[in-house]
Amino acid sequence: MKRSVNEIIEKLMAVAANPGQAVKAACAKSGKQAVGIVAPYGPEEIAYAAGCLPVGLWGGQVELKRVRAYLPAFACSIMQSVVELAAAGTYDELSAVVIPAPCDTLKCIGQKWKGKCPAIHFTHPMNRKLDCANDYLTFEYQTIRTKLEAILGRKITDEALADAVLFYNHYRAVMREFTLVARDHLATISPIVRHSILKASYFMDKAEYTKDIEDLIYALRRAGPENWNGKRVVLTGITFEPRELLEILEFYHVAVTGDDIAQESRQFRTDAPYHKSPLQSLAAQWQNQQGCSLAFDPFKRRVHDLVDLVRTTQADGLVVGLMKFCDPEEYDVPILMEAFEKAGIPLLCIEVDQQTTAFEQIKTRLQGFVEAL
Amino acid sequence: MSEINFDEMTSKQMLEYLVAKNMEDARQAKAKGGLVCWSSSIAPCEFCEAMGIYTVYPENHVVGIAARGGAPELLAHAERKGYSNDICGYARVNLAYMDVQKCISEEMPLPDLVLLCNNICETLLKWYENIAHTLNIPLLIVDVPYNHESEVTEENVAYVEAQFKRIIEQLEDITNRPFDYDKFEEVMKIASQNAKDWYDATALCSAVPSPLSGFDMFNYMALIVCMRGKAECGITFRKLKAELEEKAANKICGLKGAEEQHRIMWDGIACWPYLSHTYKVLKNHGVNMVGSTYPSAWALMYTPGDLNGMARAYTSMGNNLSLKGQIDLRESIIRDTKCGGVIMHMNRSCKMCDFLQHEIGEAVTSDMRVPITTFDGDQADPRNYSKAQYETRIEALVEMMNEQKREGGDQ
Repeated sequence: MKRSVNEIIEKLMAVAANPGQAVKAACAKSGKQAVGIVAPYGPEEIAYAAGCLPVGLWGGQVELKRVRAYLPAFACSIMQSVVELAAAGTYDELSAVVIPAPCDTLKCIGQKWKGKCPAIHFTHPMNRKLDCANDYLTFEYQTIRTKLEAILGRKITDEALADAVLFYNHYRAVMREFTLVARDHLATISPIVRHSILKASYFMDKAEYTKDIEDLIYALRRAGPENWNGKRVVLTGITFEPRELLEILEFYHVAVTGDDIAQESRQFRTDAPYHKSPLQSLAAQWQNQQGCSLAFDPFKRRVHDLVDLVRTTQADGLVVGLMKFCDPEEYDVPILMEAFEKAGIPLLCIEVDQQTTAFEQIKTRLQGFVEAL
Repeated sequence: MSEINFDEMTSKQMLEYLVAKNMEDARQAKAKGGLVCWSSSIAPCEFCEAMGIYTVYPENHVVGIAARGGAPELLAHAERKGYSNDICGYARVNLAYMDVQKCISEEMPLPDLVLLCNNICETLLKWYENIAHTLNIPLLIVDVPYNHESEVTEENVAYVEAQFKRIIEQLEDITNRPFDYDKFEEVMKIASQNAKDWYDATALCSAVPSPLSGFDMFNYMALIVCMRGKAECGITFRKLKAELEEKAANKICGLKGAEEQHRIMWDGIACWPYLSHTYKVLKNHGVNMVGSTYPSAWALMYTPGDLNGMARAYTSMGNNLSLKGQIDLRESIIRDTKCGGVIMHMNRSCKMCDFLQHEIGEAVTSDMRVPITTFDGDQADPRNYSKAQYETRIEALVEMMNEQKREGGDQ
């Protein structure tokens, strides 16, 4: 029997609200080992092909204590939390963590990993459109594969990798479908629900998760489109947490019609194209990634893509959730502000800090923004 | 130029003359329709030099502005444009300058193209993206992947080398001329020789007392940044070397009017808005800054004609090394220049300089028993520095170094 919209939403929201518990449950159920993938991008498919549960590490609301010894206060909020959680032993049950180096902060975090599980580092090439970038990243991914094999004590076959790439392309297509369907259900798929559903993907077996999303899409379509009389915005940034930020959107009756959030749509909007070698496919996916502040692009496709996204989703404006002390994002803000002013689209930039506890200022700014829309 | 006789000039006079001339040449070239490139400070200058493109260096330009106290108004302009004050001060000042084209220092012509190499930091990627996008000009990039392991991999080097071919194609397209391989070969020889001359001269800091203060080295750095592809650069450093050798033979210390009582390594970029203050406080305690990562940063030596070796040199420089590589580099500097202490600049502008300081400090303290102090500052934004904090920290460091000297004496 098909499950109801509410049933599926409740399940995924419970996962997003209790990541540690969800990961333990998923591992117990499948007998898999968990491998952490530090934000923003890592080749999850390699861990999946190794028979592991890839787990996304995106920080969280945690009191910063230990990290104060290791990092100055002007490191980005998300990496402060990751280091804090690592130092507190939260990630010790992981079999390994994979750490990318797309910005100066992550380069350093990778080198000073404070967790007990082994860390595997890699670097994304930034001159992404050249063939040599594919060669380089394929080598980096091969190194991750070899190290993971040594840690896990088993081979990761080409066949398993090719299957994982194909499966992840399917997962990504389903997720894109979900974000389209969600636009017709803005009352049910509220900002908090939308975010929680997308976030749950990091703490579940992708096969089970993908099935849940397919069932959700089916159930939503069966229920038929909903009317929405509130305002509509597109979100952009690295993450749009803590939850209180989304509660403010809901308080002012604002729906999310689309996102360019690294933790959300940036994860699944680019497929891995076909290559004979599955690792080359994964490398080509990074080459094809566009519109992300962390993927070098002198043409700033992100700006055009965001204008298009606001228009095609009939949003009233753009909300930039600017991760505190994230310079790749900060550099894009003036360019976005100028382009959106030219396009006549309202834009609001608010600071995102995972450790914030006072939201009154943001609430006032959002209220002003919504009233002006 | 014909009236200038380098033989009659000191290295300092040559430095001042050549740095000013380099900017003047670029301004004149721009006025006559020539091409001007803005380049990051440790990018391969060899390509543009071979094609007769005038290259100027935003980082160096901002240093001139910041050291003359002209950064605040440009920083304010950048912040009005929406740039967060968390972003690198060099970038903020430069992006504002690109907009207003007016500053307290030398005026720098706007670029027709930009060249970046991210071997010093990733912030350059975004900074130069913004320049290229705003001015709608070509961007040339040599992307050097971060060496996260202790060795520089062949794959990293091969990737960097392959990008050189793309730069050559881009330059042929931009200039509408075939790439000048003969000139390129000649420039490679000059650049590699200049790197060696720079390193040889600054390595004389190892003499006791050191004939060169690191703060003077900061000034000479302008030349290796801006003119690494030109022969006059090496002539100046050979002259500097001869001058320093003479001073070393006569036991003349690089601190003007003070005796060298302590030798320290300065870890990080200079605090340009307060260069004089940072220097004088040290001098008043008889502290000579003799160790720095700068000499090796531009020691980009390779066999001319060997593109693979050239790629390896650019991707192996200090900032692009793993934590272990960075610790090893600093320990060898401390050893070679006989430093008794370390000052770490917690530079609000540079995450790459700061975020490994804790681990580097721990390793250096444990391996070498060298006292360390840190201070808060900024390479361009004067708001992030406190004179009182710096003075107190230096006093404490000097006390620790005195203590260690006494202990050493007792033993």
